[in-house]
Amino acid sequence: MLSAPSSFNLSEPHLAARGLACRRGSRLLFSKVDLALCPSELVWLRGRNGRGKTSLLRLLAGIATPEAGQVLLDGSPIAAAHERSRRMVYLGHQHALKDDLTSAEALEFLLRIHGRRSDRSSVAAALDHWGMLAQADTWVRRLSQGQRRRVALARLVGEQDASLWLLDEPFDALDADGVERLNALLLQHLQRGGAVLMTGHQAALAPALQARELDLDDCAA
Amino acid sequence: MSPSPSPSLFGALFVRDLRLALRRRTEALLPIGFFVVAVALFPLGVGPEPQTLRQIAPGVIWVCALLAAMLSVSQLYGSDFADGTLEQLLLTGGSTTLMATARATAHWTLTGLPLVVAAPLFGLMFDLSPAALRILALTLLLGTPILSLLGSLGAALTLGLRSAGVLVILIVLPLAIPALIFGTGAVAAVDAGQSAGAHLSLLGALLIVTALGVPPATAAALRIAVE
Repeated sequence: MLSAPSSFNLSEPHLAARGLACRRGSRLLFSKVDLALCPSELVWLRGRNGRGKTSLLRLLAGIATPEAGQVLLDGSPIAAAHERSRRMVYLGHQHALKDDLTSAEALEFLLRIHGRRSDRSSVAAALDHWGMLAQADTWVRRLSQGQRRRVALARLVGEQDASLWLLDEPFDALDADGVERLNALLLQHLQRGGAVLMTGHQAALAPALQARELDLDDCAA
Repeated sequence: MSPSPSPSLFGALFVRDLRLALRRRTEALLPIGFFVVAVALFPLGVGPEPQTLRQIAPGVIWVCALLAAMLSVSQLYGSDFADGTLEQLLLTGGSTTLMATARATAHWTLTGLPLVVAAPLFGLMFDLSPAALRILALTLLLGTPILSLLGSLGAALTLGLRSAGVLVILIVLPLAIPALIFGTGAVAAVDAGQSAGAHLSLLGALLIVTALGVPPATAAALRIAVE
């Protein structure tokens, strides 16, 4: 069972999950997962391949329905949470970028559907933050995996609320400069009271982020 | 931040789909190309007898329009599903029904509307009278949105399945039979000197029922597919 250390304020978690279980086909991936994610907290989710890390992120985001248990975002069930899109950012393993759009168009579309500022200057600023302004008019299909990841992560740049970020392998394909930029963004987000739950390589996480570790292997069904 | 993403969701999706179609011109023009070639083959195969051509014209044009719509609809949600866009769309908090409507509208604009415009031209090839040509265009105007909506539902129901392309056709074709009957019936009625009013009314009613009922069903199918 996953549970937060007693030093965290469990009375007001940003995200709380109780008794979560996930089934894939006939196989129960995990069960009885409890977790609480408080403001200004970063949790690194670990586990062996196929243990269900991505599945857990999808349950927490409200994309999938758990076999058992409940997910609460600021006290409300995740599926019915008011303005969920504004209070949560989910970046999946896929980048959600269209090959036949330019970097700027693809980012503008994602920002727009999530109700974020998507004007030309906001998009340019977000791409510039990731060193991708020169590729703003480049087709997504011509970008490398690392550059695609940078465009996908550019969604985080304009975030100003203390929201919940659910990030699936965000460091994947990033070079040292990209890792540094993402660590800086994560730190900035934690400092404004945001919370982060992520999978991926812990080695890439800056020590200043003081990531808490949760091991999904302990919850194998 | 804007207060809610919902009002812009329809526009964002519609504009994106048109933009993507412009970038993939060959793919976008394929259904129209199929329609043109398939319709043009019939006079060559059946023979130049005007009476025969007039009789088969509504059926040929409608069946070709139906098959052309099916060609393009099978991948309506496929790439969004594969690249993670569909997940992001479901997380927007906007109406999934609105999203399904936007996709079907974009599909109709790209495949149905050109057929409506081109239909009179092909009607001339089949020696249809001016009155029959007008009714043919009108039936396609009412009927092609039905095909796009039904195709959208079929695409959502078969999302992520193997042989989805064939399954879509098997699901949608039987559902499209009423539109086919009323569409061809209206033109045949005019050709026989009768009123097409009843057929057009039924086709209109069918469009209303489909427009109201299919998007929520498509939305439910999309949510199930993503889970």
